[in-house]
Amino acid sequence: MRFGAQEFFRGPGQPFTITFGHRVLLPRENHVTLEPNEWSVGKLVSMATTHSAEAPDRDGLQEHFDATIARDQRIEPRDWMPDGYRKTLIRQIAQHAHSEIIGMQPEGEWITKAPSLRRKAILFAKVQDEAGHGLYLYSAAETLGADRADLTTRLIEGRQKYSSIFNYPTLSFADVGVIGWFVDGAAICNQVPLCRSSYGPYARAMVRICKEESFHQRQGYELLLTMMRGTDAQRAMVQDAVDRWWWPSLMMFGPPDDASPNSAQSMAWKIKRHSNDELRQRFVDMTVPQADKLGVRLPDPELRWNEARGRHDFGTPDWDELKRVITGNGPCNDRRMERRRTAHEEGAWVREAATAHAAKQAARAKDGAAA
Amino acid sequence: MSDTIKGDWPLYEVFVRGKRGLNHVHVGSLHAADDQMALTHARDLYTRRNEGVSIWVVRSEHIAASTRDEKDPFFEPSADKVYRHPTFYDIPDDVPHI
Ligand SMILES: [Fe+2]
Ligand SMILES: [Fe+2]
Repeated sequence: MRFGAQEFFRGPGQPFTITFGHRVLLPRENHVTLEPNEWSVGKLVSMATTHSAEAPDRDGLQEHFDATIARDQRIEPRDWMPDGYRKTLIRQIAQHAHSEIIGMQPEGEWITKAPSLRRKAILFAKVQDEAGHGLYLYSAAETLGADRADLTTRLIEGRQKYSSIFNYPTLSFADVGVIGWFVDGAAICNQVPLCRSSYGPYARAMVRICKEESFHQRQGYELLLTMMRGTDAQRAMVQDAVDRWWWPSLMMFGPPDDASPNSAQSMAWKIKRHSNDELRQRFVDMTVPQADKLGVRLPDPELRWNEARGRHDFGTPDWDELKRVITGNGPCNDRRMERRRTAHEEGAWVREAATAHAAKQAARAKDGAAA
Repeated sequence: MSDTIKGDWPLYEVFVRGKRGLNHVHVGSLHAADDQMALTHARDLYTRRNEGVSIWVVRSEHIAASTRDEKDPFFEPSADKVYRHPTFYDIPDDVPHI
């Protein structure tokens, strides 16, 4: 087999097979090259004749890949890439996509409860954007040979993760503002460098997403500004939301660098551009002056400006808490998963009806053409 | 529907014309049961902020693509034809408008 043996398609301990549709194809010598591509995932591509007949030497491919990365050029779907690169990307993009989709829930709960039509409309648009972000990312994952339905199944069965932050409850309407400010703000810190990620479709999805995140962050901050101009009770609500969301937001950047063993490889591949700790630092530096302007206190006694470093010093998040939340024991993990599962199951009839309708229309069109 | 997996809808590629005077550009993919739904989904997914004035959708399986990367001999025929470029031709500096 030539390039097709992607780890991704192989079940644990199983022989290599590629499955799509209801067919299982066993790669053979001289068979058409089979690889996922941007245009048609897993499709037999008919222009295989443009490949030279001799077996491509793997060293040359690896070298070409390395050189592309070194030149800071993008890897595109149909390029050869190491199995580890593909696997890492699929895992990261899927996890990112799942986070966007699950991320609709904490704020979605407030759409009907938001205090005005204006706030309802804004929140609706924001939550709809998050759905869009999830879909851009699933689309990018599919260029690597992942199958969207399969990714959904993996999420629902708990085999793939999503961001820890969405396992916290939204207790008051101020939480909606703080999520926009902190959580979308942290997402921006994370995602802006990913616009230069080495994998083309991922980077392009990020560009699209980043454009929209700015609205998310600003609507949140504006919501909080409005509440801070309100009553004492409203100001207390904002401070309470800030107190609850600050540390979980810092945890969004992942474990500290010395406990993040895969980061180095991701950085070497230029999938990631900055370390977890560096991004966390940027987020703190960016947020502190915004908190001052808003008139809230960030709940960290160690937080102070360090003149020598030209950056803020800050305390250490509770990494045990992060571990608990990631392993399924956060305050809302079960609720989020249950909701996602139910939505998927309750949507089954719609998917089936649309498929049946499409088949009927197609049959009718065919009959019409024959008549 | 040969490419449906577990009853999932087929994959479509989406192309959007950003504004009049520009080509349609590939923006991503989506799943839909049929062409009409693909267009509606494409509008909702890729043009929520006036990013387009026209959308094309096409079933991914109907696209034929060239080979894996720019290193491929497929593109070699264009590499050695420098005379296709205007800079190949020496024209004295004092010849106007050329
Ligand atoms: Fe998002
Ligand atoms: Fe967002």
